[in-house]
Amino acid sequence: MRPTRGYRIFIHAAALVTSIVILAPFAWLLYSSVVGQTDLVSRPMRWVPEHVTLARYREIFAGGGTSAGAAFRAAMVNSVLVGAGTVLVSLTAGVLGGYALARLRFPLRRTTLLSFLVAYMLPPITLIIPMYLLMSRFGLLDTKAGLIVVYCSLATPFALWNMSNFFGSLPAELEDAARVDGCSRLGALVRVILPLSRPGIMATGLYAFLLCWDEFLYSLIFTSTSQAKTIPVAIAEFTGRNAVDFGLIAAGGLLASLPPVVLTIVFQRYLISGLATGAVKG
Amino acid sequence: MTAAQTSRPAPVSAGRGAHPPASRRPRARRVKLGQVRLALLLLLPAAVVVFGVVLYPAGRALVISFYAVDSPFPGTYPFVGLRNYTEVLADRRLWTAVEHTFYFTAVSTALELVLGLGLAKLLAAPLRMRWLFRAVVVLPWALPTIVNGAMWRWILNAQYGVANALLTTLHLQDGYRSWLGTDPFLALNMVVVADVWKNTSLVAFFLLAGLQTIPQDLYEAARVDGAGPIRSFFRITVPLLLPSIALVLVLRTIEAFKVFDIVYVMTGGGPASGTQTVTFFTYLQAFSAQRFSVGAALAYLTVLTILALALLYLRLLRQAELSAP
Repeated sequence: MRPTRGYRIFIHAAALVTSIVILAPFAWLLYSSVVGQTDLVSRPMRWVPEHVTLARYREIFAGGGTSAGAAFRAAMVNSVLVGAGTVLVSLTAGVLGGYALARLRFPLRRTTLLSFLVAYMLPPITLIIPMYLLMSRFGLLDTKAGLIVVYCSLATPFALWNMSNFFGSLPAELEDAARVDGCSRLGALVRVILPLSRPGIMATGLYAFLLCWDEFLYSLIFTSTSQAKTIPVAIAEFTGRNAVDFGLIAAGGLLASLPPVVLTIVFQRYLISGLATGAVKG
Repeated sequence: MTAAQTSRPAPVSAGRGAHPPASRRPRARRVKLGQVRLALLLLLPAAVVVFGVVLYPAGRALVISFYAVDSPFPGTYPFVGLRNYTEVLADRRLWTAVEHTFYFTAVSTALELVLGLGLAKLLAAPLRMRWLFRAVVVLPWALPTIVNGAMWRWILNAQYGVANALLTTLHLQDGYRSWLGTDPFLALNMVVVADVWKNTSLVAFFLLAGLQTIPQDLYEAARVDGAGPIRSFFRITVPLLLPSIALVLVLRTIEAFKVFDIVYVMTGGGPASGTQTVTFFTYLQAFSAQRFSVGAALAYLTVLTILALALLYLRLLRQAELSAP
């Protein structure tokens, strides 16, 4: 049966309106990042700018010394390094532990899973005070390593949960067959399960990375200089200053959104199927 | 996951009978022991990474909340018992922050759920260029929260923001107004708008995943029986989506209750503390006023509230599942 004409028109109109609502703020961000300062602060607003300039992007990419651009670039590098480190650790721990939770029988299995979930649910604000006191004692404040340690505690329970759901959704027969053929459990995990789990691993790693890229509270408290400050903190600092350059914030915001936006769009399929297993199994 | 577990033929459970054959017992036990040891080994990294970092601070925060710690340096601080708790519970500022938090949580979660449900239906609809629409809808979700906050702060800017320019040009409002600067309630609502704009797409994709598990034949059958789209939405989609809806509700509520970053960057808690949430208030107490113990007490009260909310939801979910046809 084909949907009626009225229905088709309705859904397309709805999709168009939704797209406009979603894209308009992005368009404004893009507009603000390239028009001249006089256009930006004119009143009434000029919808068609008189000047178009890439100076702000130039400043972010090439500004040296103590400029906002240099601070921004350092924050970007920090975010990438912290994110990559966290993904590496939490994914390894999550794959191994997730396999155990999905496939092995041992006492207190459910309790183990739940205790990880509780650790994940604990609001950061609860842990942050003792963590701050501890880190200041061990000299971990304002270091990337310190931030990675903290972020791993956030990302690992999540990776564990996701991977265990994913492994659980794979047919057990495959692994049994490999074991009949003489593989050990770990051998079967590495040779049979892992290659099949690429979508789950991709989605989990991506989530973990986005989690780090987005995290704000820990980074705000634990970092203070360009040595470890991540991108959200750098942007919040831009906005907090007096006499702010709105165009520069817009340009910085767009650039900071680029990695997650590109990753999300490219790996959309994995992300959505990852969500699907999470939703159905969770 | 559990289904996969129980449906597997498990040699281990054979040894659990009341009187197992004596000859099978040692072997079964060895298999089981081997599995337990392997499981422990595999879970060890995750346990070290998580509990090594979480457990001590979680306990330590509880201890700190009973003392009067007012500097980050090690030293001896007086034990004050429950005084931090009683003091903070008597603080009017906490209760206004609680009010804001509940308002923010309830309104943003409700809006995200309703809009997200519609959007999920739209994402599943037979659209031309559906891939493009999906790519557009995923954008707000990918946008970092801080950038989202900064963006809305700039859109709503009192002098040069596009919201004022647009609404004035369209004669929907008389003149420029200060969205975030003067009226606390208006500012709080604008924070809600920014949060809903970003998180609705996450909710929609989450619900879409649940939507795709509903068999199409059900809709066909309903249509044959003469049910319109609205009727089949409320009679088929909503009941079958209930587990996903409940899960989204729990996750979003907990997330919204912890809200901090978007408030920090959009309003800084102002105007007149009108957008201060519980987490923001805790942050100010601990890190601006250096009253670490008061902050820890507040944090523990937050944990208890979140726990209560989660339990409440799970109970509601179980009841809904039981009463479902």
